[in-house]
Amino acid sequence: MTTLAHNNVEHHHGAGDHVHVDYPERPIEYQTQDGALKILGFWVFLATDLILFACLFATFIVLRTHTDGGPTGKELFDVPIFTAETLILLTSSFTGGLATFEMHRGHRNRVIGWLIVTALLGLAFVGLEVNEFVHMALEGATMQRSAFLSAFFTLVGTHGCHVSLGILWMTGIIIQLFQRGITPITARKVYIVNMYWHFLDVVWVFLFTIVYLMGVM
Amino acid sequence: MFRRFSRHLGKISAIVAAATVLLTGCSPEYQVLNPVGPVGRTEEHLIILSTVLVAIVLVPVFILLAVILYRYRDKPGNTAPYNPEWVDSRTLEYVWWGIPIVIIGILAAFTAKTIFTLTKPPEANIKPITVQVISLNWKWFFEYPDQKIATVNYCEIPTGVPVQFELTSDAPMNSFWIPQLGGQEYTMPGMAMRLWLQADKPGQYNGYGANFTGVGFEHMKFKVVAASQSDFNAWVNHVKTSSPVLTKAGYNELKKDGLANEASYSAYPPGLFNDVVMQNGGQYMYGSQTPSNSNSTKNSSGNMSNMNMDMSNMNMGH
Amino acid sequence: MNTVPHWGIFITEPMILGSDVLIVLTSVAIVFVLTKFKKWGWLWREWLTTVDHKKIGIMYLIAALLMLFRGGVDAELMRTQLALPNLSFLDAEHYDEIFTTHGIIMILFMAMPFIFALFNIVVPLQIGARDVAFPYLNAISFWLFFFGALLMNISFVIGGSPDAGWTSYPPLTELGFNPGPGENYYLLALQISGIGSMATGINFLVTILKMRAPGMTLWRMPLFTWSVLSSCVMILFAFPALTVALALLLLDRTLGAHFFTMLHGGNPMMFINLFWIWGHPEVYIVILPAFGVLSEVISTFSRKATFGYGSMVFALVAISIVGFLTWVHHFFTMGAGADVNLFFAIATMVVGIPTGVKVFNWLFTMYRGRIRMTLPMMWAVAFIPCFAIGGATGVMLAVAPADYQYHNSYFLVAHFHQALIGGAVLSLVAGMYYWWPKMFGFMLDERLGQWGFWFFNIGFYVCFMPQYALGLMGMTRRIYTYPAGLGWTVPNFISTIGAYMMGIGFLFIVWQILYSIKHGKRDVTGDPWDGRTLEWSLPSPAPHYNFATIPTIQGRDAWWMAKQGELDKKDFLPDKDDIKPIHMPKNSGRPFILSVSFFIIGLGIVFGVIPFEVIGGLGVAFCMFRRSFEYDTDYYVPVDEVIHTESALGRLQG
Repeated sequence: MTTLAHNNVEHHHGAGDHVHVDYPERPIEYQTQDGALKILGFWVFLATDLILFACLFATFIVLRTHTDGGPTGKELFDVPIFTAETLILLTSSFTGGLATFEMHRGHRNRVIGWLIVTALLGLAFVGLEVNEFVHMALEGATMQRSAFLSAFFTLVGTHGCHVSLGILWMTGIIIQLFQRGITPITARKVYIVNMYWHFLDVVWVFLFTIVYLMGVM
Repeated sequence: MFRRFSRHLGKISAIVAAATVLLTGCSPEYQVLNPVGPVGRTEEHLIILSTVLVAIVLVPVFILLAVILYRYRDKPGNTAPYNPEWVDSRTLEYVWWGIPIVIIGILAAFTAKTIFTLTKPPEANIKPITVQVISLNWKWFFEYPDQKIATVNYCEIPTGVPVQFELTSDAPMNSFWIPQLGGQEYTMPGMAMRLWLQADKPGQYNGYGANFTGVGFEHMKFKVVAASQSDFNAWVNHVKTSSPVLTKAGYNELKKDGLANEASYSAYPPGLFNDVVMQNGGQYMYGSQTPSNSNSTKNSSGNMSNMNMDMSNMNMGH
Repeated sequence: MNTVPHWGIFITEPMILGSDVLIVLTSVAIVFVLTKFKKWGWLWREWLTTVDHKKIGIMYLIAALLMLFRGGVDAELMRTQLALPNLSFLDAEHYDEIFTTHGIIMILFMAMPFIFALFNIVVPLQIGARDVAFPYLNAISFWLFFFGALLMNISFVIGGSPDAGWTSYPPLTELGFNPGPGENYYLLALQISGIGSMATGINFLVTILKMRAPGMTLWRMPLFTWSVLSSCVMILFAFPALTVALALLLLDRTLGAHFFTMLHGGNPMMFINLFWIWGHPEVYIVILPAFGVLSEVISTFSRKATFGYGSMVFALVAISIVGFLTWVHHFFTMGAGADVNLFFAIATMVVGIPTGVKVFNWLFTMYRGRIRMTLPMMWAVAFIPCFAIGGATGVMLAVAPADYQYHNSYFLVAHFHQALIGGAVLSLVAGMYYWWPKMFGFMLDERLGQWGFWFFNIGFYVCFMPQYALGLMGMTRRIYTYPAGLGWTVPNFISTIGAYMMGIGFLFIVWQILYSIKHGKRDVTGDPWDGRTLEWSLPSPAPHYNFATIPTIQGRDAWWMAKQGELDKKDFLPDKDDIKPIHMPKNSGRPFILSVSFFIIGLGIVFGVIPFEVIGGLGVAFCMFRRSFEYDTDYYVPVDEVIHTESALGRLQG
């Protein structure tokens, strides 16, 4: 049942690294009421983000044949490149999961290590994607060329921006883990950034299928 | 007291009802309620039917509201029962879930029937005539593919003959509306929309561009003249012999932003309508087929599936 | 960028010059007053940096009333131009700008902040919480809305307002047909405030799900809170579609993409679909909380619990689901197939069923009650017939073949004004009157309020009933003038008189508020209406921490039950021994600075000024990073302070 955390306040703490725990029996990221609220709030946010992507997907599906005589997906997409992107991102999702796993076991340095690996993989993914975009633009396949390309760059680019933001975010959290170790607050942050990261992975699976696989078929 | 109040209420509502009928039914200004063709009439019937059906809910609501407000007012000495615990009644709830459901059911049935009816020509046995319409900024362009003439801001049609309007736009989307003949349809760039209308009485009717298209929008009106078949034929011959020819350059001039007077042309660039549709995006909707069914042999089916907006059809179906 | 500002427009246009002068004078006056009375520090500490839901609610309310004024002036200008045929009070260009901003402002910048004002002021008090789930985010929501609204409102004087309708259909809004910055203003203003709306949706959903007082199960929740919950769910599912529609159109206009252009494969219909996938639910987003207000007001002033609570909740939830399946009814005439039109026609009619049920339940809430005709109740009662007609004409419009005749005509204009004024505005005003003492601690003058009520409500019918007739006479919407001889003159003239009456009604309400600030009766009871729900167990206005101790809830309308002696009234008053330090969020100036940064980005994109975009972007990034590294975000209100406050209010037990 829902109870207000404020009722459970037994002793009073000042601000600082000593975090007041509302629910000691829960997993560390859920131990403060604030943490529990923020995790639920982030789930809800992900739902809205999912709808945002759904709208972009719908737009892409409507416009994917509208090439205006310009290049098609079949001509543009490079199977090894997008397969590599997929493998890298899936792996990074796995390493992100390992970070959460180590967090629950209380190993700060391993958490940091796995987060760094995850961020680096993310960076590699973004690098490949930027490279792909630049190549396409150099071949004249720019956003301005056709409705199909507008939709392609917007959909894939939005995902890429999400990943880039995730890398910056993760970097901030890595620094905070160095500074403060695993506390209910940093644990909540690690947990949420991982939720975000897995979500982007799921979106990519659809991108991979609908944009790339169906594009080259 | 209460009885007197309700008698007044009855009187008032009778007067309001009578006034409404007087105001609406008779006056010729109500173009929508004075249709001159089968399409407009069908729609008028549906308007009246839906008005009556919603009134079945509205009138009791008004009466109940007035009665309840009066009877349960918070005045000392009010003897009406006060029962603050009475907050549930399954029977009553069944009633007011039930009544709207039945009304919506009836309305939905009539809606369904009419929606499909309107996709077909109003008269099955009479050979229809086709008029292709292009909305421009800010004027209406009409071409008659069978007669091979064209007009601007003016449209003449024979009475008693179903007219298949084919609509598109070579400018921001507008909406083609002749209230006395029937409801409107958008003119969309890159699409050939179809609208069946028919006039039974000779006369002059107002046509409107109903969807906002910028500063000249107010002036997007056109005149519709319905004339007997022989008068119509005479008019066609007159246009053919006395009006200038519209060239491609002339059309491009006409297309520029601005207003235009009524005009007629004895000829226009062949395939103009289809070209306009295709160049504004029709290629993605119709592929290599021609968007127009201007040879007017497909009159019976009214073929709606071409213009079905269902996205999967529209974008992957070719 | 291709959007060149027309700087010359500043001085050449008398109307714009007038607005310029007015804005400058007002700003100077505000700065002067704040400086003279040394209020800058107060403004910053108490308001600009606040995270208190009650203060944020008050700011939303003030903004909503200001925007109601601005949108109302737009309306009066339009009605003046249309009073008689062939007037040239406004030219087409200005008329187009004015009907566009009227629509945008009334829906996005009046109705939305108005409902958010009530969300903020009422929900935490009604569910027994000390604040919302994310107070800091709540402040961000408000300031994003505020600066979005500001961006929209400066458009008229800097560069030109949007002029393609609040629906902003491409290709008319593409660069080729609409080169000025006006449309960019629209896209950015909506986008910025839209982010705030989405955050509000998340915030209140989590608040309602997770922060209810112990014992307040979902089935004991007041109906207003239920309506907010339904509305929030709709916000979450609808707003992303708007975000995408606006973003893609912006890409078309600023980066030369081809989503909705006529050439290179663009598809304008995609925008129209995305827009209405948001746009129709948006109507219910605004109307559902209005339903909630009505349930509270009618039940309180009938001294009777809401009839058919279960049905009411079910109807709210049903509307919020079916509301997503009706968007195509905004374009039955766009050539969707007969089968598609039929589906959406029936879905739209189906929404009418739960709505009708609610009306009957309200009627039977009053039945066998004791009805007190106070100001909030008058507005609530006026809502019922007005909204019933609006809903009925909505069902008529849902009949697709009949809609071919109503569409884009004044019949439609009359319908949606009746649905939105009759549905939203009347009940939001009722809500404002109802919770006014709770917000400010004083009552509003009844007599002035009655003048306002009668002018506004009679004016409404005088204004909009003739417009139904005009629609059937073939008058299309958005025309800036019309010729004589079509029979349109008389109804238009009557309609204009009605619009003026509504304007006078609004002025009476403003007068009433100003008068009551000085002369209004103080509410010392905290429960001036003999209310039923938890917020009336608190003093007016509530202390900043709301509840010194959180009550345990043992029934629906628990406060009413306590007053009837069914529950112990002492449960709702704090006991000295139970008071503990109260955990509260700290104020922060960052939401304000963050939103200013968004505003600067917006301005940069509107005019294509890259330095602005960079500066604003850095501001946003800076604020977000600072927040991520911030750990000192909250504090405890000491027991002594709570005891002191509560005993001063005379509420302390034990």
